Amino acid sequence: MSVQPKPPVVKLLQGNEACAEAAIAAGCRFFGGYPISPSSEIAEHMSVRMPQVGGRFIQMEDEIAAMGCILGAAMTGAKAMTATSGPGYSLKQENIGYAIMAEIPCVIVNVMRGGPSTGLPTMPAQADVMQARWGTHGDHPAVALVPASVREVYDETIRAFNISERYRIPVTLLVDEIIAHMRERIVIPDQSEITLWERPRPTVPPDQYLPYGETPSGVPPMADFGTGYRYHVTGLYHDARGLPKDSPDIVDALQRRLMRKIEMGLHEIQKYEQLSLALKDARLGIVAYGSSARSAKAAVRLARAKGIPVGLLRPVTIWPFPEGPVEDLAKRMRHILVVEMNLGQVALEVERVVHGLCPVHRVNRVTGEPIPPEQILEKIEELARS
Amino acid sequence: MFDYDKYLRLEMFPHIWCPGCGCGIVMKSLIRAIDRLGLQKDDVCMVSGIGCSSRLTGYVDFNTLHTTHGRPIAFATGVKLAKPSLSVIVVTGDGDALAIGGNHFIHAARRNMDLTVLLFNNATYGMTGGQLAPTTPTGKVASTARQGSIDPPFDACRLATAAGATYVARGTSYHTQQLDRLIEGGIKHKGFALVEILENCNTYYGRPNKIGLLDLLQWEKGNTVNTKAAERMTPEQLEGKILTGLLHESDRQEYVAQYENLVTRARAKTGATA
Repeated sequence: MSVQPKPPVVKLLQGNEACAEAAIAAGCRFFGGYPISPSSEIAEHMSVRMPQVGGRFIQMEDEIAAMGCILGAAMTGAKAMTATSGPGYSLKQENIGYAIMAEIPCVIVNVMRGGPSTGLPTMPAQADVMQARWGTHGDHPAVALVPASVREVYDETIRAFNISERYRIPVTLLVDEIIAHMRERIVIPDQSEITLWERPRPTVPPDQYLPYGETPSGVPPMADFGTGYRYHVTGLYHDARGLPKDSPDIVDALQRRLMRKIEMGLHEIQKYEQLSLALKDARLGIVAYGSSARSAKAAVRLARAKGIPVGLLRPVTIWPFPEGPVEDLAKRMRHILVVEMNLGQVALEVERVVHGLCPVHRVNRVTGEPIPPEQILEKIEELARS
Repeated sequence: MFDYDKYLRLEMFPHIWCPGCGCGIVMKSLIRAIDRLGLQKDDVCMVSGIGCSSRLTGYVDFNTLHTTHGRPIAFATGVKLAKPSLSVIVVTGDGDALAIGGNHFIHAARRNMDLTVLLFNNATYGMTGGQLAPTTPTGKVASTARQGSIDPPFDACRLATAAGATYVARGTSYHTQQLDRLIEGGIKHKGFALVEILENCNTYYGRPNKIGLLDLLQWEKGNTVNTKAAERMTPEQLEGKILTGLLHESDRQEYVAQYENLVTRARAKTGATA
């Protein structure tokens, strides 16, 4: 008897919906949330779907509690997620720092809207990029992903869970409001096509287990609460057993291991796309992400039709910042143009990495509207003339 | 002779608590209650916030989670909902639970989730040097109220009862036998249980207020009345006294059990087999 290939599952999905469905495909079985535009659809969808798949959903009393409860759930072994927007992301920062310090896997979706403060509750911006890097106090690594299509929301949600599990770090999914609310026809990958990463769990008996010990990868194994491995988890500096310790050598070692484990994983955490840059003639490089990258792609096509050799570097992983690809860009380009719906947050990183090798320009729009390709094309033409 | 060592992380000692601190008394009462209930250490998850009492979780051999200031109840909610088989006990202080953590305190009581919250009330923020707390009695001195507090204090038990808690008790670090029973009852109770424990901070509450350690304990003895004794007293006799014992107990649907029913129904509707 031959096995019939399954017909592809094609759906018209909203970005937020795709995020919720992808989380389920990634194994998420705990969602703790709080309503906030433009992310509420994720919580609403999860409130229906979590019980259906045997998971748990709870709407907590505030954003801080939502962040706290997913960390508690993650300690029992659950893959856990929350979703919010700017104001809620600000509130969550302390507990995000806790998750980084205690090395608790979880996914935080930040559907970016106009800020600061209440800002523009239903309109897009891309101005939480620096916050995703440095929102919580102290020295710490950060991982943040920026999808630019509904299908990419699906894929990057799964990747967010994977990275958070393997590296024991909270991962932020930065979805600007345009991507979160747009509807696109996507092919849902079959579960058999999806690779899932699980957190490393102990391979030694409880009396030998070190929840925060040194390992070759820099990531210690993480035991589920209630499975025979009893240990202490704290936001204070701690030793390999998780017990509070503030001696200088222990503090330094832990701080550096937290950074190092991400540096060592760069090869699989990093992700970016290049359009027309492989072509030898590109002299102007655009750096754009999220919905702005879609406008930038259109601008690249329009520019090339006019004979202007331009290419696009589109980070999908924005933190850690794609220093290598941007450095390569700077070596080959006459100009770099950073396009974003903020006043130049990624531009600052590009300038830092480029280190004066070539001029860095900006196309910014902070009106709550998407950047029209024509605005980008105008700047491209201006630079091409210079 | 009770074996406390079985429940302690001896490598964490000596502890950071001051000589005379009530936290040690209450910790032992908690350990005795857990032992009497026959709970397995692997099945206990203790969640604390930030403060002297919250340091307790580092000293005990359970699944322990020392979280952020004011937030242990939120973390504990996630633990319990994700793994209901765990006995989840929250160790928190008066500032941690009633000031910064007030919102979580209220809502956990409202939900009636099966959590046991032990609220160590020493009427001050001891860890940070004795600042004013929402439970500091009016007129008492604190490092941020050196002229004497003009703030009225909270009654945590009334607050919890009004919010929906189904087991509300108050004990003290003086009346340890009563405390053992109240804590045991709270852990056994299926629903949100609050055990407020009046305990002594001789260093940062006592000294600035010129109250010695023994006087603090004598105050707990002399100014509290248990519910049984209170039944036989007149309103005049009860004036200025604080009630201890099981103050409120009621029967309401427990949250996690309700949610599990919801899951069962949802899965049946979609025809899920597992």
